[in-house]
Amino acid sequence: MSLLSWGPASLTPVAAPADDGPGNPWFSWRYVTENADAIGTALRFHAGLTAQTVLIALLVAVPLAVVAYWIRPLTAPILALSGILYTIPSLALLSLLAPLVGTTSTTSVLIALVLYALLVLVRNSLAGLTQVPAEVIEAATGMGYGRFGRLWRVELPLALPGILTGLRLATVSTVALVTVGSLIGQGGLGDLILGGFRNNFYKAEIMTGTVLCVGLALILDLLLSGLGRLLTPWTRGRAA
Amino acid sequence: MSYFNEGFTWLNDPLNWTNPGGLLDRLTEHLVISFWAVLLGCVIGWPLGIWLGHRGKGGGPVVTAANLTLAIPTLALLTILPLTPLGFGKPPVVVALAVFAVPPLLANAYTGLRSIDPETREAARGMGLSGGQLLRQVELPLSVPYLAAGLRTASVQVVATAALAALVNGGGLGQIISAGFGIGMSNGGGGQIVAGGLAVALLALLVEGLLALVQRLVTPPALRVRKRRRTAVTVSTG
Repeated sequence: MSLLSWGPASLTPVAAPADDGPGNPWFSWRYVTENADAIGTALRFHAGLTAQTVLIALLVAVPLAVVAYWIRPLTAPILALSGILYTIPSLALLSLLAPLVGTTSTTSVLIALVLYALLVLVRNSLAGLTQVPAEVIEAATGMGYGRFGRLWRVELPLALPGILTGLRLATVSTVALVTVGSLIGQGGLGDLILGGFRNNFYKAEIMTGTVLCVGLALILDLLLSGLGRLLTPWTRGRAA
Repeated sequence: MSYFNEGFTWLNDPLNWTNPGGLLDRLTEHLVISFWAVLLGCVIGWPLGIWLGHRGKGGGPVVTAANLTLAIPTLALLTILPLTPLGFGKPPVVVALAVFAVPPLLANAYTGLRSIDPETREAARGMGLSGGQLLRQVELPLSVPYLAAGLRTASVQVVATAALAALVNGGGLGQIISAGFGIGMSNGGGGQIVAGGLAVALLALLVEGLLALVQRLVTPPALRVRKRRRTAVTVSTG
């Protein structure tokens, strides 16, 4: 099968070191220390791409959600559309983008990732905004808030838990999705996972990539949930 | 845009559909893998979710743990499982996909049973129903919309994720795309990549539409307006 012949050149040596314990171990500290540079580069690339994706998606999604919130007839179509688009498989999206943007550029991976993160964020932000109670909005209007003032001082803060839930979901799934990018040459830790599979099924390389990926997702999730606690002190009394 | 024209040309060639390893073969593979994965997911996710929901205790951590599988890259699971005693071929792919099907099934079954009005439960108890009768006659029928929503989420997710199985030679429609990358972008592979991408995307949308219809059909009319599709887990396209 041609699978083994295409794809990016691996970052790491082809075979397991000879004295790396018996056979082909799942975990090898020796592999990690010997390839610390390559692993570090992949990890940094992975984290960087995730951060870029989530930031861009956030900057686009919140205004979009606000527009959908203000113009009520748009709410249902936008929710439906984002739900439908979200079902498109990442492999299909990447393979449709790759010919357009080029296979070796990070941009095509970034576009696909931003699109997925965007859909989650818009849905959750919109859900958060629409759950602001009507009485609260009336009270704010009665206090003399205009449309923008109300949005900035009342509605967005109250929607913050919803937005943050979306942000956490988007971040975790982006970390997992970046790996798929190794299909078209830019996969961060995915390059380790797929590289290990192609290099004689070198288990330690696959496992290192996986563990770092899951670890990165969990750390980012914890960071964001901490940020959420800081930003929404009024929810702390309730059960988590 | 020339790749897109090439893609349509590729799709218009009947040989690309009927050849061994052509679109029809890959489509069948794709659906067979997805079917077994969803079935396996149901066998594990539903009883567990229903039992936890019926008991009403200890469900929270399980649902949280199930949600944590979001953080596991699909690609990693697909590459790791063939190297375990499962061996290469379809079984590891089916198991890997089932792992991603369980969380939505489990979480929705649990949410469905927990969201039943406590007064309904009490009334049924008062009428003398035993635990098993309560489950069969009251709780399960009332949570059918949730079970259907979970099935829909899980199925769409599995069909979408099954495309990645091609990266580890697991077959399915993704194989068309990966073969296209194998030929090379400029040697006619570009068109095949686009054609495969379109096929996979269309299949996912078709399955989503079909299952949305099924979900609507099994939801009693009285519940349709009140309970929108409230899924405890969002879809993760792998």
